[in-house]
Amino acid sequence: MDFNLTEEQGMLRDSLKRFVADHYQNTDRAALVYSDPGYSTEHWRLFAEMGWLALPFAERHGGFGGTPVDTAILMETLGRGLVLEPYLSTVVLAGGLVALAGSEVQQADIIPQIIAGDLTLALAYLEPGSGFDPAHVATTAYADGDGFLLNGQKCVVYQGPSADRFILSARTKKGVSLFVLEQGLPGLSRKDFKTLDGQWASDLSLESVSVGPEALLGAEDVALPALEQVLGRGVSAVCAEAVGAMAAANEITRDYIRVREQFGVAIGSFQALQHRWVDMHIEAELAKSMSDVLAMRLRDGGEDTPAMVCAAKVMVGRAAQIVGQGAVQLHGGIGMTDEYAIGHYYKRLSIIDLLFGNQDYHATCYEALEAAK
Amino acid sequence: MNLAFSDKDLMFEQELQAFLAEELPDDIRDRCARGLIVGNEDLIRWQRILYNRGWMAPNWPVEYGGTGWTLTQKYIAAREFAAACAPLPTFGITMLGPVLIAFGNAEQKAFYLPRILKSEDVWCQGYSEPGAGSDLANLKTRAVREADDYLVNGQKIWTSYAHWANRMFCLVRTNPAAKPQKGISFLLIDMDTPGIEIKPIIGLDMGHTLNEVFLSDVRVPVKNRVGEENEGWTYAKYLLQKERSFVARVAQSRHLVQRLKRIASEQKVGSTYLLGSAEFRRRITRLEVDLQALEYTELRYLSKELQGEPVGPEPSILKIRGSEIQQGLKQLLVESLGMYGVPYENDSMKVSDSYMEVGPDHRHGILAEHLYGRGATIFGGSNEIQRNIISRMLLGT
Repeated sequence: MDFNLTEEQGMLRDSLKRFVADHYQNTDRAALVYSDPGYSTEHWRLFAEMGWLALPFAERHGGFGGTPVDTAILMETLGRGLVLEPYLSTVVLAGGLVALAGSEVQQADIIPQIIAGDLTLALAYLEPGSGFDPAHVATTAYADGDGFLLNGQKCVVYQGPSADRFILSARTKKGVSLFVLEQGLPGLSRKDFKTLDGQWASDLSLESVSVGPEALLGAEDVALPALEQVLGRGVSAVCAEAVGAMAAANEITRDYIRVREQFGVAIGSFQALQHRWVDMHIEAELAKSMSDVLAMRLRDGGEDTPAMVCAAKVMVGRAAQIVGQGAVQLHGGIGMTDEYAIGHYYKRLSIIDLLFGNQDYHATCYEALEAAK
Repeated sequence: MNLAFSDKDLMFEQELQAFLAEELPDDIRDRCARGLIVGNEDLIRWQRILYNRGWMAPNWPVEYGGTGWTLTQKYIAAREFAAACAPLPTFGITMLGPVLIAFGNAEQKAFYLPRILKSEDVWCQGYSEPGAGSDLANLKTRAVREADDYLVNGQKIWTSYAHWANRMFCLVRTNPAAKPQKGISFLLIDMDTPGIEIKPIIGLDMGHTLNEVFLSDVRVPVKNRVGEENEGWTYAKYLLQKERSFVARVAQSRHLVQRLKRIASEQKVGSTYLLGSAEFRRRITRLEVDLQALEYTELRYLSKELQGEPVGPEPSILKIRGSEIQQGLKQLLVESLGMYGVPYENDSMKVSDSYMEVGPDHRHGILAEHLYGRGATIFGGSNEIQRNIISRMLLGT
């Protein structure tokens, strides 16, 4: 039993820390938020050069064969800097689905392009009426000659405006299937918007979008287990990201209440503030443990893994709210400004509570899994 | 990163489980499983079984009759003992032993340590006073040197099991002129010394575990002082660190969760069962998730300690969250009784079959444990004091 990093993992973390320190000061980030595509393509090239885009992929596709633990280390460090580059969408989610469900031909086509930094993807799996449930798919893909005709809607697709391709879930004859769609297909329209956490996303509308048989990712009708598995890795990735963001938010808050003076003393000398900060720290500590264990469980497999995904998301979601809200409160007025960093941590942490299902959703899933035991 | 214990540690775990299944008497297990106090005679009966197995002192080194277990083995043992509903080790083992081993002289170690192991002595802890609770260093019980004795005058309070103990380790003030922490000494006092009077304090649970201890001109030989005069605070602090290891009580809480779920799945509420209430179920889920997070945090901290990282605010974090979870679970257990949360008399010293015989059998113990458990966030350094400790360490304000 140990929670220590290997030497390689330590080096990975250190190089990412340097990246965040060099490229993600608050002002750098603010400039990127309002840019198009909402992140830096230069950074993305650096991600490729550093091998970070290759991390989870198999060696036969040019990857490093990393595990969910390695991904968690990466995401935690990126979370400290609220990094905007589309690692979650492209590498963890879409890349993960291609690696898990794609045919050998699709893998050999897509994965090396991701690793090279030449291809970004977005995952479109939720719909206006689906809540957080990936199994609720009303978008349809009917057989049409050799290929398919797709109709339906997808909502809040992160990186929607900038991704080169979408991976999209649709209902086929006997189940759920996944499709790889190019941007700009006839009948595929986008409504783009800024997100609360400073990124870009889109709602997608599909009207008789016609695709060939090669657009089907892997086998027909049986994609749901792969989608659920990859969403579990998404949960792990955002839990780790939240752990990094919470650590940074707590440090920023600590440093602020040590120096901010009112009534002639540092406000950090007031017990009410101290205890609130301690409670934020405790939540962050517990979240870190849950996040680490979830990553290990995903790496090692086992029956209890789906319940662990839910439990971790419930715990980390709550911690993210307590830390984010507490950080703004302890800052007082300055915490309410767009200019100061802490508000951006609060916003991203609030969004992480929602991503892949909020606390209520995962508590309900957890209870269903326990009841089925 | 790896969650699995080594094969050697897993074999150790099996050995413990087999021993506990075989040797822990059913009546003692039943009382612990209900969260009830185990009487002194029963405790000693169990301790003799442990002594014969060589497992009386998990936290002592081998040369003093301890087990010499590794940190990981100590963790596993604490978990397995709790999971099997075995009584917790007593003050002599957990608190006094380590201080004597670290600071006692050869004579004191040779005399007292074997007596603790053989259950020949029962120790109580004379720390708190009416004016020295959270602010322990403010203690006023005075010890004045007279030839080869100290003459001790003062009052101790919240002294658990003083009425069972034949000896007390006690903090006394030997130098009132020095700063509060600098004038305290650590004395070992025989409870049958003239001048000691014990008054029971009846707790919320109507049970008797707490006492006041009055000391009037109590003569304590100087040779009963541990370590140097006026250095007692250092020893007590060392001891408080020991007290805070394995404070999370995860296995105990896990047992509470199992009890709660069993009761909630059997308890009829109209046409359904209590567990069928979405709100009640959700409150259990929240605590189950918190408990998982606590368990993994304890393991993560254990891993840090195994790496040789110095212990910082971690025990305080585990104590705060562990006690909050325990109280949350006990509250739900009480609620699971519905209107049978009303009948109550002191059942802490009774066996289950002679209890009031109202309501279901599972209610025996729940209310007493709940009432007694309100103290979990107060004793051993209140949760507010623990937050101050964390704040001092991490905020430095």
